[in-house]
Amino acid sequence: MNSMLNRLTIKEIIEKYPFVINFFEENGLNVENYGEKTFDDYLNHFTQEEIEEWGIDVENLKDGLAEYISQMIEFLGLKEEKSIDSITIIGGTDKSGNKEQFGQLTIHKSQIVSIVGPTGSGKSRLLGDIEWIAQGDTPTKRRILINGQVPDMKWRFSSNNKLVAQLSQNMNFVMDLTVHEFLELHAQSRMVVNEKQVIKEIVEAANNLSGEKFNLNSQITSLSGGQSRALMIADTAILSSSPIVLIDEIENAGINRKEALKLLVGSNKIVLMATHDPILALMAHKRIVIKNGGIDKVIETSQREKEILSQLEKMDSIIQNMRTDLRNGLTIDSL
Amino acid sequence: MNLVTFSGPPSTGKTSVILKVIEAFKDRNLSVGVTKFDCLYTDDDTLYKKAGIPAIKGLSGSLCPDHYFVSNIEEVVQWGRENKLDLLITESAGLCNRCSPYIKNIKSVCVIDNLSGINTPKKIGPMLKSADIVVITKGDIVSQAEREVFASKISSVNPKAITIHVNGLTGQGAFELSTLVYDEKLDVDTVQGETLKFPMPSALCSYCLGETRIGEDYQMGNVRKMKIGDQNE
Repeated sequence: MNSMLNRLTIKEIIEKYPFVINFFEENGLNVENYGEKTFDDYLNHFTQEEIEEWGIDVENLKDGLAEYISQMIEFLGLKEEKSIDSITIIGGTDKSGNKEQFGQLTIHKSQIVSIVGPTGSGKSRLLGDIEWIAQGDTPTKRRILINGQVPDMKWRFSSNNKLVAQLSQNMNFVMDLTVHEFLELHAQSRMVVNEKQVIKEIVEAANNLSGEKFNLNSQITSLSGGQSRALMIADTAILSSSPIVLIDEIENAGINRKEALKLLVGSNKIVLMATHDPILALMAHKRIVIKNGGIDKVIETSQREKEILSQLEKMDSIIQNMRTDLRNGLTIDSL
Repeated sequence: MNLVTFSGPPSTGKTSVILKVIEAFKDRNLSVGVTKFDCLYTDDDTLYKKAGIPAIKGLSGSLCPDHYFVSNIEEVVQWGRENKLDLLITESAGLCNRCSPYIKNIKSVCVIDNLSGINTPKKIGPMLKSADIVVITKGDIVSQAEREVFASKISSVNPKAITIHVNGLTGQGAFELSTLVYDEKLDVDTVQGETLKFPMPSALCSYCLGETRIGEDYQMGNVRKMKIGDQNE
């Protein structure tokens, strides 16, 4: 890679790898008038004084460009590679060193598994094990397989391809951007081709989840709790490259949670959901019970539980409808 | 002994991350000590001591904290050896964005947080760009999309680094980081004769020497003037 970059002019590099513009931009390198020069020539034009003034690390930038290009090629190539169809968790030990009794658990894509257990019982550690693709080398000694096999460890260190995306109650938007600018920025960082189409899809999906509609020119920081949550979920389902989504307790207010799960599952994600809400917990195909740092048991949602779920959903919809009525200024006169 | 330098802008969670990493070492029976460098004030050393971790602090006062760090690092290494540490961690706050506190062949970790703003990776100099490991914190309070955008900005300014997300509160990611921080094959006796990865910001103008009056008559030494008007970019 290095020797090839030495021969190409900056213009040729940009033609060949259009994404390098980001590299120049983020490193504050103005290559505008150096199109006909090589990257080496460009770096060598800085005087010793400029190098010290602006903290330009010439050697690091040379290697950095080559590394950046190979990472991006790999990242872009990954999209076509075989996707993740399942993950398997093989038992380790709990905090006291007792062996976990569940044997192994395989979760396929489009499946939802809920995780229940008291705070501090080890939910974060389980997620950590999955994200790190533990191979008996974490405190729980668990092992994680992908598609039934020990996977390539590149997942551990790749900054652009994280295995797990997270959605939690505490999350907020902090960037000072409109919905459109925000989605555009995210789409660019993911190198999607049909940006406009994808942005439109996300906003439609988000508006479908939340009661109050917003548009592309709304500031993301001024969205309501429900709208923010809806936008985060739609964006994660459609734009995030991570095949596994972990949801940490989505609140009830202002968002259709059943549709939200449907959206994620419909995007071929594996969904893990830490929750104590009976509706969400029973909506999952299976639930993992965590106790003392270990997986205590894995329960399959029974037929009876599914029947109870449909009753719970009816109760939930009564409450939701009352909420809407109150919002619209109506009075409540019957239950 | 292993030596690892942690740095990062103020309040990004360096101390919390280090505490969680050391906790992850507990089961491995490694003795770990910390030296905290700061400018005017720190009580982080008491936090470390409270956790039973040998710790010392150095305050640079009116000096550039980076220059102070490099003038004292060898003595700190010797302190670590006398205390028979397996791992010595130094922690310093990057106070100007041009900071450059890393030493060649010594593992360097930069801690930066998701709340610091999308253009921050671009604004930070060698402290971020020449780090071996970049730790991103506070990922639990921003959206997935912002985390992804932030990580991609970091990897475009420092593609060679390993980027890892750590939650300083729950410790998620800290165990994983600990496996990257300590290498039992490494042994550092001294940093005498080692070189910095990159020159530190230079100074020495009349204000460095205590001048308080304003005006061209009082400005001597390494002084640079802004270009104002047409030449300003």
